[in-house]
Amino acid sequence: MANEIIKELSLGFPIFFISAMGILLVIFDAITGKNKIINYIFAIAILSITICSAGWILFSQYYNEANNLVIHPISMGMLAYNGYAYIFDVIFGIAALLTIIAAREYNERAEFEYKEFYSLVVLATSGMMMIAHSADLLLMFIGIEFMSITFYVLAGYFRKRVTSVEAALKYFLLGAFASGFLLYGIALIYGATGTLTFQTISQKITAQDYNNLYLILGITLVFIGLSFKIAAFPFHQWAPDVYHGAPTVISGFLSTAGKAAAIFALILIGKNIMFVAIRTLDSNHIITLQNILAVLSAATMLVGNITAIAQNNVKRMLAYSSVAHAGYMLMGIVANTPDGWAGASFYAAVYVFMQIGSFAIVANLEDKDGEYLDFSHYSGLYKTRPFIAAMMVVFLLSLAGIPPFAGFFGKYYIFKTAIDAGYLWLTIVGIVSSLISVYFYLRLLIYIYFREATEQILDTSEPRAAGFTLLISAALTVLLGIFPSYLIELLLYLR
Amino acid sequence: MFDLVQLIILFPLLGFIGIGVLGKYLKSEKVIGIIGSSTVGISFIISVILFFHIISTGLAKPYIVDVFTWIATGDFSVKVSYQVDQLSILFSLIVTGVGFLIHVYSIGYMHGDRSFARFFSYLNLFIFMMLNLVLASNYLLTFLGWEGVGLASYLLIGFWYDRKFPGVRITWTGDAGNKAFIVNRIGDFGFLIAMFLIFANFGTLSYTEVQDIAYLGKSIYFDTGLITAITLLLFLGCTGKSAQLPLAVWLPDAMAGPTPVSALIHAATMVTAGIFLIARNSVLFSLAPITMEVVLIVGVITAFWAATIGITQNDIKKVLAYSTVSQLGFMFAALGAGAFVAGVFHVMTHAFFKGLLFLGAGSVIHGMHEEQNIKKMGNLAKYMPTTYKTFLLASLAIAGVPLFSGFFSKDAILWAVYNDGGFIWWLILTIAAFFTAFYMFRLVYLVFHGKERFDHHKLHPHESPKVITVPLAVLAFLSVFGGFLGIPYVFGFWFSHHPNALENFLMPIFAKSNNILGVPLEHELHAIEYLFIAIAIAVALIGIKVAINYYSDDKLLRPRRIAEKFKAAFDLSLNKYYLDEIYFYLIVDPIVNGSRSFLWKKFDVGVVDGIVNGSATVVQKISETLRRIQTGIAQNYALLMIAGIAAILAWVVSSF
Repeated sequence: MANEIIKELSLGFPIFFISAMGILLVIFDAITGKNKIINYIFAIAILSITICSAGWILFSQYYNEANNLVIHPISMGMLAYNGYAYIFDVIFGIAALLTIIAAREYNERAEFEYKEFYSLVVLATSGMMMIAHSADLLLMFIGIEFMSITFYVLAGYFRKRVTSVEAALKYFLLGAFASGFLLYGIALIYGATGTLTFQTISQKITAQDYNNLYLILGITLVFIGLSFKIAAFPFHQWAPDVYHGAPTVISGFLSTAGKAAAIFALILIGKNIMFVAIRTLDSNHIITLQNILAVLSAATMLVGNITAIAQNNVKRMLAYSSVAHAGYMLMGIVANTPDGWAGASFYAAVYVFMQIGSFAIVANLEDKDGEYLDFSHYSGLYKTRPFIAAMMVVFLLSLAGIPPFAGFFGKYYIFKTAIDAGYLWLTIVGIVSSLISVYFYLRLLIYIYFREATEQILDTSEPRAAGFTLLISAALTVLLGIFPSYLIELLLYLR
Repeated sequence: MFDLVQLIILFPLLGFIGIGVLGKYLKSEKVIGIIGSSTVGISFIISVILFFHIISTGLAKPYIVDVFTWIATGDFSVKVSYQVDQLSILFSLIVTGVGFLIHVYSIGYMHGDRSFARFFSYLNLFIFMMLNLVLASNYLLTFLGWEGVGLASYLLIGFWYDRKFPGVRITWTGDAGNKAFIVNRIGDFGFLIAMFLIFANFGTLSYTEVQDIAYLGKSIYFDTGLITAITLLLFLGCTGKSAQLPLAVWLPDAMAGPTPVSALIHAATMVTAGIFLIARNSVLFSLAPITMEVVLIVGVITAFWAATIGITQNDIKKVLAYSTVSQLGFMFAALGAGAFVAGVFHVMTHAFFKGLLFLGAGSVIHGMHEEQNIKKMGNLAKYMPTTYKTFLLASLAIAGVPLFSGFFSKDAILWAVYNDGGFIWWLILTIAAFFTAFYMFRLVYLVFHGKERFDHHKLHPHESPKVITVPLAVLAFLSVFGGFLGIPYVFGFWFSHHPNALENFLMPIFAKSNNILGVPLEHELHAIEYLFIAIAIAVALIGIKVAINYYSDDKLLRPRRIAEKFKAAFDLSLNKYYLDEIYFYLIVDPIVNGSRSFLWKKFDVGVVDGIVNGSATVVQKISETLRRIQTGIAQNYALLMIAGIAAILAWVVSSF
């Protein structure tokens, strides 16, 4: 018994560690007086240890799939320890780390640095990792809620700023609304199968021991709830307002790691329920569900990209484009094959890096009142801030899907899986919408490179620590573009 | 030996990175220029070595050099690997050879520019990407190069970003770069879908494997919807990159870039990528007769369309730009007629004489202190003798005067088009050839002859320095004699064997497609071919003569009279058939307005945030009570969510 406890403690080290440390950090906040840098460093250390441990477990293959067949003594079957979970642990950890590194000077500039900022980001990350490790619908729901609640707080973190508070409230109200559907869907799935763990749900479906109507309605409602979390059409409207209103570094975090977590939840449903159910007698309902998702995905891509054309504010443009990217990731779920899951996960990872990088740049150029966000303020950035301009080129070209950057390969792979799954029309919509997106990404590049600076940006200091965020994100964006097979192969191997 | 191909690619990359990173610290233009040119020069030398190695070994099958595995996932694997064969090395020779000369020329042309290093690093980036395009052994790597040259072209068109550049809805160079990039993306869409279809049906993206599978199953694939779709989509990509109708509109505006860029990218190399792609996929194309017909017709119409525009333009570079579009149309016509060798031959001769014409134009612009309007020039032959002589030779070559390079390649194309497409297309193309001779000599006379129409007190035209004139002389030599590589068999009695040197060299590449198309190995002689050659010569000479008659008159009375008499046609030509305006009206405006007025303003702000000024709360006064705003918006957002949920549930339930 003791052996098994130690085994599970070491398997679950990343998630146990970050959860425990997140709570400790909150307590730590209360006793460490005014010195904020301690919490900053502490948060960075926690995240680094988490990333390293998850990475080590992944690459040493310390876990194995047989682990998931035994009931572990601590979690009692609530937690899963499989390869995908660790990959997502690493992705979430890196996203949080990049955010925290960039956040400090941003918060200082806004004259609004509080210690709890760092503990909130760590706690949100632990919520995401809970999703990644969930073997049970209930734990998945708790993870999503935990993450969302910290997000509501983080979005309203600049509590003196009207837009920030407004964003938080809007996010909270609509988020609560969506959570209701998510929970109701879970309840219906429970009603249909009599269980909440993924493994038994799959077994019941294979044995055809379930109520078809409840199951399909349940999955539909869960999809609706999760579509809200990834901001898919028609549940996307909160996203631009929230990403625009929230503190910029937080917008980067919400729109990337938060989205990746919800995508992972979708993969869980797709893999454990839909993929199994499509092999049973009533597969046509599942195909209907896939078609609905395909329509949502197409509409999300088009609406996000077309609306982004009209924006003159960089932050808002990125917000709308982030809606569009959710549509690309959804394509992987539509395909619902191992290839599709790998593609969606790969895209989520790539998207995390390129989007956090671009938001970090926006954060760096913003002044203390959250101004200087228009396209015209970026004029001539190439001259005044060559380093930032060069980084922005990498991120924008990758977002636009131009090779050799990772965004291209991510899109390419997802399009390929959609075609393999028979969704040629969806791929054509995807390519057309990414064609549209080139227009506004390029428009920003034109301001940066081909226009004379009309107005001096007030704070012209080069990024300090945030420079690391930019460099790491840019490096990962380039490397994943040139050597995508390492990650893709890993994802395919892990299934 | 063939593994050296990696070095061809490597050196320009090193140049790009080296100059890009260290450029700031290298104060001397000389050092930057020498580094930038020598990287391309070394690549050229290696290409020459490989070229002779191919000749001596008689490489029958493409030699593939793997560098590393880019993507490997079960059934889907793509390598970064290069393919050494006759076609890729020929293009590599053109790219690095002409590229090297233009680099050298740029040292003189860009002298004193504040961003000298940036210019050379972009040029090296371009060469690197272009080499990836032509040397790639699979579609995806070609696509990488395809996008990369587009990017380099974009950066270089907008290079002088503080300059104005007038055009339809274009005010400065950045807009022109943007237009080029976006129009090209439409073509890329075709390329991408074609690539997906190829992978889905052939299970590989490697050129050799796809061509082999298609060739082995030629009786199954011939004239099927699949092959037609793939080739039409690939051709859509070609119309983008090679500026053919309906996507030709970007190239004339690309002239906003510095002149060496126009010469290198928008005349000699990048715009021929479309011809390369079709030649590379000759097996697939020859299996799709419908596509071949489309390629032929698009080529002929574009050649004619652009040639008629060329005769009314007054910007020296715009004339040459339309001429390029027109000549590319000739090349596509050849490909469409199944004469792949003739198309590639014209790519080569065109690279020589059009590169030379652009460089000569650059020399003129340089000497005239940035004046580009040919109506404000005249009698420059007196001031710029070397430029004049070389420009004249290039004009004779493009006009198709016998024994110059353009004559041979154009003749081969015209004959092929007659043979395959019929009399009508031959006639249209011949008329286009007439206009070509006409607008070239209109240009020569307005620029170099006649009265000086510039202000002598302000302008002192002068010959350009050696670093500019030497590349001109080299290209002039090639423009004159380059045609002897591919002399058509009609002249075989006097000059050449059959097949001629170029055909012989490219034989392994096009053997399969020739087999499918049923091109006979032995070329029969037809009396009518001599007649056509006579007509072609006559057309060229008459075109030249008419231009000389019209434009040697200083007051330009006759051209004016003609313009007035045919005012409608003249305006149509001057305004480029209003193609830009039509596109804006039909496509661009609806999308942009739709985004601005409907999706954003009406839908998000209007419909959904109707009650209070919704998304605009961001800029809203704080005086408004927060509560009212938020509940208002959130309710409306929730309303759409409910509608969406209801629709989804209805769909699901209705499936039961």
